[in-house]
Amino acid sequence: MITKNVSNVAKALEGVSSNMTLMLGGFGLCGIPENSIAELVRLNISEIICISNNAGVDDFGLGLLLQKKQIKKMISSYVGENAEFERQMLSGELEVELIPQGTLAERCRSAQMGIPAFYTPAGYGTEVSKGKEVRDFEGKPHLLEHAFKADFSLIKAWKGDTAGNLVFKGTARNFNAPMAGAANICVAEVEELVPVGKLDPNQIHIPGIFIDRIFQGKNYEKRIEQRTLTQK
Amino acid sequence: MALDKNGIAQRIAQEVQYGFYVNLGIGIPTLVANFVQDGLEVEFQSENGILGMGPFPFEGEEDADLINAGKQTITALPGASFFDSSMSFGMIRGKHVDLTILGAMEVAENGDIANWKIPGKMVKGMGGAMDLVASAENIIVAMQHTNRAGKSKLLKRCSLPITGVNCVKKIVTDLACLEISNEGFVLLERAPGVSIETIKAATEGNLIIPTTVPEMQL
Repeated sequence: MITKNVSNVAKALEGVSSNMTLMLGGFGLCGIPENSIAELVRLNISEIICISNNAGVDDFGLGLLLQKKQIKKMISSYVGENAEFERQMLSGELEVELIPQGTLAERCRSAQMGIPAFYTPAGYGTEVSKGKEVRDFEGKPHLLEHAFKADFSLIKAWKGDTAGNLVFKGTARNFNAPMAGAANICVAEVEELVPVGKLDPNQIHIPGIFIDRIFQGKNYEKRIEQRTLTQK
Repeated sequence: MALDKNGIAQRIAQEVQYGFYVNLGIGIPTLVANFVQDGLEVEFQSENGILGMGPFPFEGEEDADLINAGKQTITALPGASFFDSSMSFGMIRGKHVDLTILGAMEVAENGDIANWKIPGKMVKGMGGAMDLVASAENIIVAMQHTNRAGKSKLLKRCSLPITGVNCVKKIVTDLACLEISNEGFVLLERAPGVSIETIKAATEGNLIIPTTVPEMQL
């Protein structure tokens, strides 16, 4: 087996620097790479371009990087939960590219799968279609969308082994799976890192070939954004 | 009397048929699940990666790894499945999801919908709405007939940036149930006690009024 595990987050993020394009997994705060985000804050790098479905909340997730003005540009589909984000965007401090969520996911997956571009109907006739090639298939207009290019993808899984094989839990799979192997270097953090042989090969969601470095994360907060309950 | 949010959801629930996979948007659409006929075999999809979404959890059973697209804690029903965002939108783009129910700020008489942006004011993003409206064949909009200022949300043309073109099939508002035709909004049903005149006055786009317009049966 090829060993992918590194001892800590600092080693895992070696080579990350200012002006890079980073992909970050998660949907809302569900499945975000908490340890890697904390390390980006500690490294204090700036002018980052972030590809991430959301921008965290004011005091957690990518909100931590926004607070310190480390992000130059966000490429996201929905950013409604973060007031500081909205302020920086409306004031022009932060560049923002909003793209449809399915297109965002597929641009990640295309990068992962080596497909340079694809056609999708999402966004046709809206401001998203501006400047894009339009082509009809079976009478329906589609937009040409390109695979992302990124320096690092930072993802989070539930369990992983030292060969980089990953297993996700619940709805935390979201963008973490299509971002695996979608950048030059893919770093996976896991709640539980196990020796090879401990995971059932039938149950692997992402094979280790897509992962360059894997490490055991710690102190997961796993915050809940909207705690909605059924009354007993 | 005009319907409240639950009334709108209750009327839309009548559109949910046996064997449907349904995507529910945030807001009133989420309430539709509460009114689907007992025993009807349907599955709710949430685009962040679950089919077979169940009700909110009981206190103490909430799980940070189990949320819907509105970031609310949910449960998974027996037979549920989890998947990634790319596969989720594959289900939507590939037309495997039978019905999409979502909210809107404006709908135009040609089926255009605007629900993601108010320039200079609200710029939260489109989330999955553009993908949903571009691919779904059966889209029902749940919304109020007029906005807070009393202006019609059923227009000749959308004034806000649109989310998709010619895509809405049906609209259920607090006042009426309408269908989009080539000529405009066809008034199918009135909310209980609401007059045709009231609906007419609240509709800016072309309103087609058939000879009989029954009241909704709720």
